[in-house]
Amino acid sequence: MSAAITTRPPTAPVPHAPAAGGTRRRSRTRTRLELALLLTPALVLFAGFVLIPIGVAAYYSLYSWNGFGPLSDFVGFQNYVDALSGEVFQGAIGHNLIIAVLSIVVQLPLSISLAMLLNRKIRGRTFLRMVVFAPYVLSEAVTAVIWLLMLQPGGFVDSILRGIGLGGLVQLWLADPSIVLYTLFLVITWKYIGFGVILLLAGLQGVPPELREAAALDGASAWQTTRHVVLPLLGPTIRIWVFLSVIGSLQLFDLVWIMTLGGPANASTTMATYLVDHGFKRYEFGFGSAVAVILFIICFLFALLYQRFALRRDTDGALTGVR
Amino acid sequence: MRSNKPLALFAAAAFVLAGCGGGGDASTEGPVTLTWWHNRTTEPMKSKWQEVADGFTKTHPNTSFNIEPLQNEQFQTKVPLALQGNTPPDIFQQWGGGQLADQMKSGKIADITESSKGWIGPVGKYADGWKVGDKQLGVPYLMHAVGFWYRKDLFAAAGITTPPSTVEELNAAVTKLKGTGVTPIAIGGKDRWPDAFYWGYFAVRQCSVDTLKKAVEKTELTDPCFTKAGENLKAFLDTKPFQDGFVGTPAQQGAGSSAGLLANGQAAMELQGDWNPDVMRALTEDKDLDSKLGWFPFPAVTGGEGDPTVLLGGGDGFSCTTRAAQACSEFLGHLVSDEVQKILAETGSGLPVTEAGVAALKSEAHKTISENMSKASHLQFYFDTAFPTKVGQALNDAIANFFAGQGGPDTIVKSVSEAAAGNK
Repeated sequence: MSAAITTRPPTAPVPHAPAAGGTRRRSRTRTRLELALLLTPALVLFAGFVLIPIGVAAYYSLYSWNGFGPLSDFVGFQNYVDALSGEVFQGAIGHNLIIAVLSIVVQLPLSISLAMLLNRKIRGRTFLRMVVFAPYVLSEAVTAVIWLLMLQPGGFVDSILRGIGLGGLVQLWLADPSIVLYTLFLVITWKYIGFGVILLLAGLQGVPPELREAAALDGASAWQTTRHVVLPLLGPTIRIWVFLSVIGSLQLFDLVWIMTLGGPANASTTMATYLVDHGFKRYEFGFGSAVAVILFIICFLFALLYQRFALRRDTDGALTGVR
Repeated sequence: MRSNKPLALFAAAAFVLAGCGGGGDASTEGPVTLTWWHNRTTEPMKSKWQEVADGFTKTHPNTSFNIEPLQNEQFQTKVPLALQGNTPPDIFQQWGGGQLADQMKSGKIADITESSKGWIGPVGKYADGWKVGDKQLGVPYLMHAVGFWYRKDLFAAAGITTPPSTVEELNAAVTKLKGTGVTPIAIGGKDRWPDAFYWGYFAVRQCSVDTLKKAVEKTELTDPCFTKAGENLKAFLDTKPFQDGFVGTPAQQGAGSSAGLLANGQAAMELQGDWNPDVMRALTEDKDLDSKLGWFPFPAVTGGEGDPTVLLGGGDGFSCTTRAAQACSEFLGHLVSDEVQKILAETGSGLPVTEAGVAALKSEAHKTISENMSKASHLQFYFDTAFPTKVGQALNDAIANFFAGQGGPDTIVKSVSEAAAGNK
C-alpha cells in the first residue's frame, strides 16, 4: 500500500473522492458565497475609485463647466473637437509619441547591453548595479528639481562638458524649443534606465546556463548565442518593459511640469501637462475632463491592442482565461 | 493596466468630495469651529497665523479654528472642488479679481458687505479688489506690488547714479551694465508669470487708468494702446536685456534662478514682487544682501497715456463661505486691526493694508514700496488675476510664448478675446 503511494508521480493530481450530488450543489453555493465575500471589497473599491470616476469624467466632458454651480451648459462633443483640433494638443500628442518611440529605440538597446554587462562576473558588480538602479529610487519631483538646477546655462552640466573639452556640445538645454524635448528625454532615460536593467537582469537569471553551454559546444559565436538563445528567452521581459515604458511615456507629467511647465512656447507640452494647464489652471473642468478621457482612451486602446497582439503568448493562461 | 493617473486623480477627488458631504451647522450662534485654509506653509507666517487664531479664540471663546496651510498651487484645484461640495472651508485664501468672480457662481461665498462695515474703513481702496459689483466678498490682509529690485553695488560699478525713471534711461542702464559684464536683468521665464509683469507694465504705462478699468470690466483688450504696449515690449526685448536662456530659467528655485542670479550679484535687476528679498535671502550666503538692494518703480513710457504712478500688483486676502459667515467676518476684521497688521508688518511678508501696519514696516525697501502704493492713482491687479481665470491664463500663455519668440503684439491681445469667447 505504501509502495502504491510512493510510485505516484509527484505532479499527478490527487484523485477526488466521488461526491454525492447534494454535496456538490452545496459546495457550489459555498463557492459563490466565498467569491462574493472575497471579491466585493475589491470590486467596491475598484468601482468607487476607478470605474465611477471615469464615468463621471466622461459625463463632465460633455459640458462647458468651470467647476462652480450646476452642470447646465451641455455642449456635446465640442470639448473633444476643440481639444483635437487645437495645435497645442496635437503637439502634445506628438511629443508623447516621440518620447514613447525614443524610449523603445534608445532605452531598450541600452538597457539590454547594460543588463548583459552587469550579468557578467565582474569586479564591483553589486556596486555597479546599485549605481545604475539608484536614480530610479528618487522621486520624479526630486529628479526634476536636481536636473532643472544642473541644466541652467553655465550650470553643472555645462561646466562638466567644458571641463572635459566638449564645450561645443553646450546647449540652452531647457530654453531652446528645438532641443528641450530631447533634454527631457535624456533625464527620463537617466531616471528609468535602472528599472529596465533590473527587470532584464531578472530575465537573464532565467536563461539556463546549459543552453549557452550547448550553443557554445555547437560552435556558436558570442553574438550568435546572444541573438538566438538569450534574446528570445528575454522576450517576455522585453515585451513587459515595452508595455510599461509606452504607458509611462503617454502619462508623462511630473518631470515636465517641474522642469519646463511644457514650455518654452509649448515645445515640451505633453497630454497630461496640457490637461492640468488647460483643465485646472484655467478652471475649464469640462474641457479638462474631455482631455482626460482622450488620454484614457489612447492608453486603453494601446493596452488592449498590445495585450491582444504582443503579450498574448506570455500571459496565455494567466490572464486570458483558464480554459 | 494601471488606470491613468491624472484622470483617476481628477475624477476620484471630484467624486470623493461630492460624495462625502456632511450636514453643516448653519447657525452662527453658539460655539463654532472655523476651518481655515491659508497659503503660509513656511515660517514665520505659519506660526504667526496660529498665534493670531489662538489670540482670537481667547477673546472670542465661542470661535475656535481648524487650520490647514496649503501650497498656493493646491488652491487652484482644492477650492473649486470644495465649493462644489457640501463642506467647503469657512475661510480660505483669496487673491480677488476674476477668480473671485468665478468662485462667486458657486453661491457659497459669503457677502460680507454689511458685516464688514464696522471694520473695513481703514483698508480703504485696497478692499476694492475683493469686490464683485457692489458686494464685498473678501478682504485683503497684505498687498503686493511689482517693481524693479536692483543691486546698488552693480549700478555703482556701471556708473549709474540714479535709478532709471524712463524706459530710455532703463535701456541706457542695460547698455552700461552689459559693459561691465553682468546680466542687466534677470527673469524667470520658465514660470511664465514673471513675463506677464513686463507686458502688464507696458500696458499700464501705455493706457490711461480709464482704459485699464474698462478693459478689465469688459474682458477685452480692444483699445489700440494694448497693441502698442506689445510693440513697446518687443522693442524692449530686442535690446536683449535678459540672461542667456531666460525662457528656461525658474523664478525662485536655486542659485541659478532669476532671484538667485540677483542675490548672488550675477544680474543687476529683476522685475518682481515685494516678496523678492525673502526669496533671495534663501538663495545666497551673502549676509549683507539687504543693504545692497534697492527698489524703483517701472519706468515711464514716453508718449504713453498711462500714469507713471500706477502700480501693478495684487494682494493676499481671505473670503468667507456662508456656513459661519458672521464669525468669519469678525475674524477678518481682526486681521485688519492695528494689532494684527503690526504683527504682519514685522514679518516683512507683504505690504500692510492699513496705515498703522505701514508705520510698523522695518525694511527700507518695503517702506519705499508702501509710499509708492499710497501715492498711486490706481493699483492695477495683475491681469491674470483681474480677468476671469481662463482668460487670465490664456493671456499669460500668449505672453510667455511671445517671450519665447512665438506670436506678436496682436496675438497677445487676441488671446483675451478668444478665451473670453470660449475658444480653447
